[in-house]
Amino acid sequence: MVDQALQDGARPMDALPGDSLPVGGFGRNHVAWWGVLCLIATEASLFAYLLFSYYYIGLQYGPAWLPARHPSLMLSAPDTVVLLLSSVAVWWGEKGVIQGRRRQQLAGLAIAILLGAIFIAVQLVEWSQKRFGIASSSYGSLYYTITGFHMAHVVVGLIVLATLLGWSVAGFFGQRRHTPILIGSAYWHFVDVVWLFVFSTFYLTPYLF
Amino acid sequence: MAGPADISAGRAWPMNYLWTHGPRADPATALTWAMIVLSTAVVVIVTLLVVAGVAVRGNRRLTVAEAPVKDEGDGLAWISIGLVLTVIALAGTLVWTLEALAAIDSPARPPALTLEIIGHEWWWEVRYLGAGPGQSFSTANEIHIPVGVPVRVWLKGADVIHSFWIPALTGKTETIPGRTNLTWLQADRPGVYRGQCTEYCGAQHAHMAAFVIAEPAAAFAAWLRSQEATPAVDPEFAAGQAVFQASCAKCHAVRGTSAHGDKGPDLTHLMSRRTLAAGVVPNDVDGLSGWIANPQALKPGALMPATYLSGPQLARLRAYLESLK
Amino acid sequence: MTALESDRIPRTVRVDGDWPGARLEEIWGTAPTLKGWLSCVDHKEIGKHYILTAFAFLILGGLEALAMRLQLAGPERRLLSPEAYNQLFTMHGLSMIFLYAGPVLTGFSNYLWPLLLGSRDMAFPRLNAFSYWVYLAAGLFIYAGFVAGHGPDDGWFNYVPYASRAYDAGINIDIYALGLILLGISTTVGAANFVVTFLQTRAPGMAISRVPILTWGTLTASVANLLAVPSVSLAFFLLWMDRQFGTRFFATAGGQPLLWQHLFWMFGHPWVYVVVLPAMGMVSDALPTFCRRPLVGYTAVALSTVATMALGFGVWVHHMFATGMPSLALSFFSGASLIITLPSAVAVFAWIATIWTGRPVITTAFLFFASMIVLFVIGGVSGFMTAAVPVDWQLTDTYFVVAHIHYVLIGINVFPVVGAIYYWFPKMTGRLLDERLGLWNFWTMFVGFNVGFLPMHLLGLLGMPRRVYTYGHGLGWSGLNLLVTAGSFLFAAGVLLLLVNVVLSLRRGKAAGRDPWGAPTLEWAVPSPPPSYNFAVIPIIASRHPLWEERLGLGGARSKLDEGYLLDRGRETLGTTALDARPNLILEMPEDSLAPLLLALGLVGVFVGALAHAWWVTAVGGVIGLIALIDWLWPRYIHADLEKVGG
Repeated sequence: MVDQALQDGARPMDALPGDSLPVGGFGRNHVAWWGVLCLIATEASLFAYLLFSYYYIGLQYGPAWLPARHPSLMLSAPDTVVLLLSSVAVWWGEKGVIQGRRRQQLAGLAIAILLGAIFIAVQLVEWSQKRFGIASSSYGSLYYTITGFHMAHVVVGLIVLATLLGWSVAGFFGQRRHTPILIGSAYWHFVDVVWLFVFSTFYLTPYLF
Repeated sequence: MAGPADISAGRAWPMNYLWTHGPRADPATALTWAMIVLSTAVVVIVTLLVVAGVAVRGNRRLTVAEAPVKDEGDGLAWISIGLVLTVIALAGTLVWTLEALAAIDSPARPPALTLEIIGHEWWWEVRYLGAGPGQSFSTANEIHIPVGVPVRVWLKGADVIHSFWIPALTGKTETIPGRTNLTWLQADRPGVYRGQCTEYCGAQHAHMAAFVIAEPAAAFAAWLRSQEATPAVDPEFAAGQAVFQASCAKCHAVRGTSAHGDKGPDLTHLMSRRTLAAGVVPNDVDGLSGWIANPQALKPGALMPATYLSGPQLARLRAYLESLK
Repeated sequence: MTALESDRIPRTVRVDGDWPGARLEEIWGTAPTLKGWLSCVDHKEIGKHYILTAFAFLILGGLEALAMRLQLAGPERRLLSPEAYNQLFTMHGLSMIFLYAGPVLTGFSNYLWPLLLGSRDMAFPRLNAFSYWVYLAAGLFIYAGFVAGHGPDDGWFNYVPYASRAYDAGINIDIYALGLILLGISTTVGAANFVVTFLQTRAPGMAISRVPILTWGTLTASVANLLAVPSVSLAFFLLWMDRQFGTRFFATAGGQPLLWQHLFWMFGHPWVYVVVLPAMGMVSDALPTFCRRPLVGYTAVALSTVATMALGFGVWVHHMFATGMPSLALSFFSGASLIITLPSAVAVFAWIATIWTGRPVITTAFLFFASMIVLFVIGGVSGFMTAAVPVDWQLTDTYFVVAHIHYVLIGINVFPVVGAIYYWFPKMTGRLLDERLGLWNFWTMFVGFNVGFLPMHLLGLLGMPRRVYTYGHGLGWSGLNLLVTAGSFLFAAGVLLLLVNVVLSLRRGKAAGRDPWGAPTLEWAVPSPPPSYNFAVIPIIASRHPLWEERLGLGGARSKLDEGYLLDRGRETLGTTALDARPNLILEMPEDSLAPLLLALGLVGVFVGALAHAWWVTAVGGVIGLIALIDWLWPRYIHADLEKVGG
């Protein structure tokens, strides 16, 4: 298809002067939507390099490099569910704004913020229970840095969601003008998906050995 | 010290690798020559094409804006032919590369000698791992090997990354702290082969030479025996030894004495070495005195501090060091 | 929400003398005040700032190089101490690679893209301003350390463990680490801006088959930046953590020094293409103008640009052949590194074919572009040699590689850039550069460069290692080094001639008019220098060469340059679909704003605080940045409001 598109030739314009065009952009037809996709691409790369670092060092030393006891799933597994539920909440709130259901829009965002905050609180408890520090081994350095990077992204996501909630209360968004909500929600889903990779890496793969 | 002639004598470019002298390097050298010839030919052809194109097709009468624009001939044949030729050249190179890589990967015969070479800021520690406890010893910067047989070299890093390289005998392998790398070399002719650290490693990266001294089997065996021996301390140099013990022994070792420092080179057989400070000065009276008196003047940033010895102390120390044959 | 305008049929009009230019100037113009300058988001101004700043760093890097060349002019010279030399070669490398080569192309692309694409600005004008301020800040941040005597001294690729605290304890490496993370932010947002600009703001009808090759080059480089820059930013962040907080990522015991090399080169190799692909694009676009024919093999060249980058992500290990890797890995990366030659060969043969099937008119710009083909091939074949592992084991870390990197960076970046200055200076300033001085400029640079750098290949083959502050007598390197030093001063004199020409021509150059070269692309359809709004109407494009349709006698529809979309209700430009460029959106473009500068300053606060461990500075910077960001993103629907006010 690209090759075909690259063949130059006279081609009639599909949209001609005279068609009505949206002003400023609506929904995903908006420069900012492309912008957030770029942001997600570069952030995804960042996490890919972080996880590469983990696997690279891990492979150098083999299973002995892992902490003696496998990481507990007691807190981390339910916490993962909490984060995934927050994604569902954002999705539900996003549906609300698209379909003009204002209460659903506000409730979705608020619930997502609450669940995100719970996730962070549980993560902090999880951190406090670890017997190693960030400087005690390269495993510890990687554990705290990668989960810390992720947590920083959750914090940014929460600031974004809170700002969107404020703007929603102020009535800035409507059935057509709501690109910021789509953007915030895409970012939040991205942060949640990244957690699945981080979680699998630190909490699930050790059980393979 | 008997053996091959002076370090740079007889070779205009002691560090070149266009002419090499052992099976670890030779297959790569042949490929290097071939690639130089091919590359030069490509550059000459392209240059001629560009110059001739401008000369033949150039428009000298009109200014750019006046000159007519035409879309004559699609010119795609240039790209197709060019690509076909490039693919042929690349395929040939790839096959030769893999062949050369396989040829030098490991020696054809089991190695006759195994060494451990450790990169330090800014010198090379060379360890000969003998069979018995008394037969292992350590020297610095000068690597004696028997001629005509493969030598296995384990490479380690003591501090930062260095890179071990003897152009006429073997390409580079980095010495990386925390890892052990493996290389090998073999000299087909007796001689002194100069090498140098090639991974930037700090202030004195420029002064980190290594020398491979390839000798006939008998000469090498004699050298080995003399290095394995622990020299007796001559009471004549006791005063100098005392100075050494006070000023130098924290970093340097001399076997058979109570000097056990391991930060700097082992000096047990110091006088058997041709140069000091990884090739900075010749190991003669002037070189040795100058180096002990003020290493920072000769090799600024080197880890050996100035010793601030008085004249007589210096003389006694030098006399002791000169006895370490 | 009902008060807001949601859809509109954009008016299409014919340009009539001063109309609608005068009205658009009111909308798009920037006040000639300090505040106006600091808040300006015009891509042309930002582009020029980028180019000037990059040249300032080029000159600093060049002076550093000259000092080194004096030191190396003969054996055992003592002009520079080892420490001074090591800081100089590090600053030289990072200045040229990070602060000149990338940003100068960003500058040209910034200036040219909307003009080439038929748009009134980039997709994110304020992000553009932010990107520039952060770049400037990162450059000053690193140079501040150098001026204060704390320049980094571990080379631009900064290997650990030497860069770890145990061996390099000063603040210098921390400055480099944080400065490069800061620069990475600038590069990343700039890259995102180019990607979205490409996808959304091309003039109607400019399908991806019709964009200039420069945009393919910069687009490819930008996508690569999005994917590769996080690697080096992460590497420097982890290093900074190791140095400041005792983490053990690169630790010799329990960590892995080689991780640094992987992370650095996974970025570093794509970056090599980032700093050449847009420059190759400039040659692909400008060389045909002088050859008076369209580029041969447009599609092949466009696809080879993308292919180069795709392969470029798979060859990083060829920088690490000497680290002791298994033969299988060596063979794979050796093969990949050889294959990457192919797309470059496509471009070279396309250029040669363009010369042979055209009728080239020889100008200074043409000479820079045509000579670049030769320099590119020299840099190419030396790269080809290092791809063969057994050969690379000899070549790597010698002056052969120094020669290679300079033929790549000077041959494929500086020569096209100087050509581009001769080509586009008239567009930027309205005046032509002097051709007579130009010829002197070209021949001095060309001869100086080759006298200075060709012998380095031989020095490398004769075994001279790179990064040595001196070398001994009797190694056979002295004569060649003297020659290299002489050549480098001649080359510097050539660069000086360029500066002289620029300064003289700014005042006395011949007036250029819109289109002094009779060129094919859109930027030559607007006045020189272009007005703040670029195009009085958004043109409608029907071919790859909108200004050559008449001359080439193309059949079919013709591009409309004087008749098109007006869009004058505030700062507006047309949004179009990603592949075919059908109109699908009216883009509301932002007003000038201080928010980008404020956000950049906040960010600088964050980094200065981190460097000094003055965490309150970091916090204050962060809060300032957050406020600036929220203000920036505040939903305003500006033009709809303007509608209400204006009636």
